Amino acid sequence: MLEVAVIGAGPGGLSAAARCAELGVDHVLLESSPKIASTIQKYQKGKHVMAEPGILPLRSPIEFDAGKREEILDNWETGIKAVGVKIRYGAEVKSITGEQGNFVITLTNGESLEARHVILGIGLQGNPRQLGVPGDQADVIQYTLDDPDEYKNETIAVVGAGDAAIENAIALANHNKVFIINRKDEFARAKEGNLNLMMAAIDAGTIECFYNSAPAAVELLEGQEFRANLQLKTSTGEANIPLHRIIARLGAIPPRSLVESFGIEFPNSDQNAIPALTSQYESNIKGMYVIGALGGYPLIKQAMNQGYEVVEYILGHDVKPADHDLLANKFNGLPYDLDVDGVLALMQERIPVFAGVNALQFRELMLDSKVLAPAKGAAIFQKNDYTNTFFTILEGSVDIEINAQLRISSGVGSFFGEMSLMSGRRRSATVYAGDQCVVIETPRRSMIKLIASVEAVKRVLDETFIVRTIQQKFAPNTPIAELQPIAARAKIHQYQPREVIFQEGDEADTLHFIRNGSVTVSTFIDGRDVVMSYVPANTPIGEMALLGNTTRTATVTAAVKTETISIDKASFNLLLERSSGLKERLQALVQERHAQNVALQSNTESSDLLSFLMGQGLGEATDVLLIDEDICVGCDFCEAACAATHNGTSRLNRKAGPTFAHIHVPTSCRHCEDPSCMKDCPPDAIQRGGLGGEVFIGDNCIGCGNCERNCPYGVIQMAYKTEAPDSYWRWMLFGLGQKPGKGKAAVVGESSFKQAVKCDMCKDQHGGPACVRACPTGAAMRLSPEEFVDLVNVVR
Amino acid sequence: MHTSFLSHAGGRYFWLALVLIIACCTAYLLDEPHQAPNGGTWLGYTLGTMGALLILWLLYLGRRKRNFIQGWGTVRGWVSAHVYLGGSLLVVATLHSGFQFGINIHTLAYVLMCLVIFSGGYGVWAYVTYPAARNELKRSQTLDDIFMQLEDADGQLKREIGSLAADIRGVVTSAIERTEVGGSLWAQLAAVDHSKVIIDGVVHANPDQVKVVSWLVQRLTIAEGAESKKLAGVVRDYGARQKLLRVIRADIRFNGLQEVWLYLHVPLSFGLLAALIAHIVSVFIYW
Repeated sequence: MLEVAVIGAGPGGLSAAARCAELGVDHVLLESSPKIASTIQKYQKGKHVMAEPGILPLRSPIEFDAGKREEILDNWETGIKAVGVKIRYGAEVKSITGEQGNFVITLTNGESLEARHVILGIGLQGNPRQLGVPGDQADVIQYTLDDPDEYKNETIAVVGAGDAAIENAIALANHNKVFIINRKDEFARAKEGNLNLMMAAIDAGTIECFYNSAPAAVELLEGQEFRANLQLKTSTGEANIPLHRIIARLGAIPPRSLVESFGIEFPNSDQNAIPALTSQYESNIKGMYVIGALGGYPLIKQAMNQGYEVVEYILGHDVKPADHDLLANKFNGLPYDLDVDGVLALMQERIPVFAGVNALQFRELMLDSKVLAPAKGAAIFQKNDYTNTFFTILEGSVDIEINAQLRISSGVGSFFGEMSLMSGRRRSATVYAGDQCVVIETPRRSMIKLIASVEAVKRVLDETFIVRTIQQKFAPNTPIAELQPIAARAKIHQYQPREVIFQEGDEADTLHFIRNGSVTVSTFIDGRDVVMSYVPANTPIGEMALLGNTTRTATVTAAVKTETISIDKASFNLLLERSSGLKERLQALVQERHAQNVALQSNTESSDLLSFLMGQGLGEATDVLLIDEDICVGCDFCEAACAATHNGTSRLNRKAGPTFAHIHVPTSCRHCEDPSCMKDCPPDAIQRGGLGGEVFIGDNCIGCGNCERNCPYGVIQMAYKTEAPDSYWRWMLFGLGQKPGKGKAAVVGESSFKQAVKCDMCKDQHGGPACVRACPTGAAMRLSPEEFVDLVNVVR
Repeated sequence: MHTSFLSHAGGRYFWLALVLIIACCTAYLLDEPHQAPNGGTWLGYTLGTMGALLILWLLYLGRRKRNFIQGWGTVRGWVSAHVYLGGSLLVVATLHSGFQFGINIHTLAYVLMCLVIFSGGYGVWAYVTYPAARNELKRSQTLDDIFMQLEDADGQLKREIGSLAADIRGVVTSAIERTEVGGSLWAQLAAVDHSKVIIDGVVHANPDQVKVVSWLVQRLTIAEGAESKKLAGVVRDYGARQKLLRVIRADIRFNGLQEVWLYLHVPLSFGLLAALIAHIVSVFIYW
């Protein structure tokens, strides 16, 4: 029986196996693909791999430092050979049964192994989905494509209809005869750019497409010109393609179901959820450990450190985690005579919202967080700041100033800042430090991850959000305790884009408060829906009918993914009773909305324009660049100014993007409330901040391209840094150097690599966004959603 | 919210220019020099200095609009000021001259300045008029979009004529191949169409594609059966292609009219600068 079976030869698995080998522990490393580190193998040739987080020391028997993909893979190959790792390639695990001291690992080829401990380091990529037809194990079939230029003058079939399949097919078509096999009658899953390229290639005849077709079998042809025959089932019958190579791009099977089949539990069905682990990376199954991306640690260095540590833990050695010194430094100034683990335990004990978090997750959370001890009276954040970190109070107290009349004191164990965390909007209050105050500031990304995986945290935050919202927006002078019964009856609702929240003519029984996202208000006139207005987050809707005791006078539809808090009629009436002045304030709001609606109702063009803007995703924007085509002279100074102020690459494309009436939406960042780009950034390089709420990408970007793929608006590019522009006067007087606004592309060398770039709203420039400042005619404008309705009114 | 350069900051520079003009005119009317009004009086020197400084500042717009990094204010504000104060220069300089003109370097500078101002005036009009006209013409599409539609239309026509008689194929193919857009500055501004077509081995001019359309319509009268039906489709699609070409030509023309003034305005400004230097130097030499 083996002491340790390591599954997955990624950075974590390699490091774990190497540590076993170094210590002479009987082990095996099982890897399903034919090479180590399959995720990194898939990176493009020569890609620069970064070693974030820079402050974390590496602890592993094998080397790792930032550098080219090839060098890193070479280092690892030599590293595991040098220490004598026992690795088995092509060994795909089908099931794991048994318990600590006696696990049975069965492989897909039927073989089984026994081990006392199992370390899972299988990452999140999953194994590529196979063709699933007779002959699909043949070596003419491959599931990845490293370098399309490797193949020339071959006949190749690409199976699949996603972006990967299209990109491969188009790249291969330069030198080969390419078929693409599509199960459906269109390329519905592809990005628009890829779709256009594919359609053009099919029209031009460079790629031949089999629609409504699926592979039926692969037969090898011996000693002939073609290596195999691909049999297809098409809508009109059978077809045969003699070919040299089949590239199957059918996506990957997410590892979660496999991991669950081993018995490992996830806290909920959220796709971002990570299995609950102890501080020693042990899962709910004793003796089974989870490291790396699967355990919520997407970075290479973290995974390698965990690989080392987990072996030490299995052997019962008491090692401090690699991040120990970092935490010790962070806790340095605290008034406690405790070691790192002691401080962490104290924090969890004092702060109820963190009580249900497991030790490992909490440790990670604290690594990302800052411990601050602001002087008494100092502002921790200001009302209308665009920050969205989350604060908890470890010592002392803070004063939360919602408005001039309302100042609430909050003590040890409570939290604040959750409103902006949840809504992605500006801070709704100013918070001042009290006496002897120590607070923990946690970044948004870490909190979102925590909320996704710990149900209790989500519940506590939601409850607090509701009661504080009710207090701030409806009953500022009523104490929280009195509002609790109302809050308890309030509900949180989620709506998908274009889902109706309530319909014109419905009975008015609830008031909704938009917590995040935004909605459009429309009414049915002359046989069609006319959009009258747009309502952003942090605003109540539906109060009109509730106040007047009538039916709904308009239909409210989610413009983007939206969450609302609903308050029923009885609670609403209770609120009106308890909070003096609320009725008057709501009536004033109703009047204002009536006036706006009447103004817009009569004009279908402005309604269409509003619908168009919403259709362009502006409902989730916080700041967007629009161009008035009736004034734009097409000089492209906006682009030149953007390039000149941003290392030579313009982050906006003026010509691209749609136009309606005369309002043009160029391809440029909308600074979404809940940015898709931020969702999967391994080094957490994409941040939101400043007074403008700009979403920007920091220098620690590792160039992985996730954000570029995740952005639904195509506004992120991968670009090399360029040199500073030349002197204007040299260009002007002598024609030397480059025209202003055109940077020199940097030499593609050893140290240069592509990083993600996007609009940062010129946060480092004086005087605001360069695109707008450089526009000679006034056509370029930047708007926040609140201003859309004004724009529509002005436009008429 | 957004405003055009003309109404920047509530027309601040319009009012500034107006005040400047009124002040200069009042000073001119009140001034009673010992000689006929000219550039050499106390007021003449004052107006001349103001004019020369204004010219230098107006020229500096070329630098400011390319300074994307540190520039003070917005380019829109600068353009607004450039337009109104540039217009007021006409009054300042004319009063400076005391209406004394002749055939000399001084009047040359004045004439050049007028040409610069008038070309700029045209530019203002063009910038206000043409973008909206072009947007309406193209129905909110870009010129690239329309070129793409033309490409599609060409492909569609080529497929349609594939099964038709050789004479039709010859005419339509040659008409597509010999379609021209753009060309010289004059061809762009006047939207002249130099397109050709080959009919029976002879090259004909085909302005606005009318030669081909009329040939196709005539050919349709002698077509029969299935050919007639297909040819009718070709005629319809050729008509659509003709419309696209008209939009493209009109847009190129508008674009030319919108930008052409800069080819006078900028070189003349430098000419003016040279003449201005000569004017100032000569005045001091011949004092």
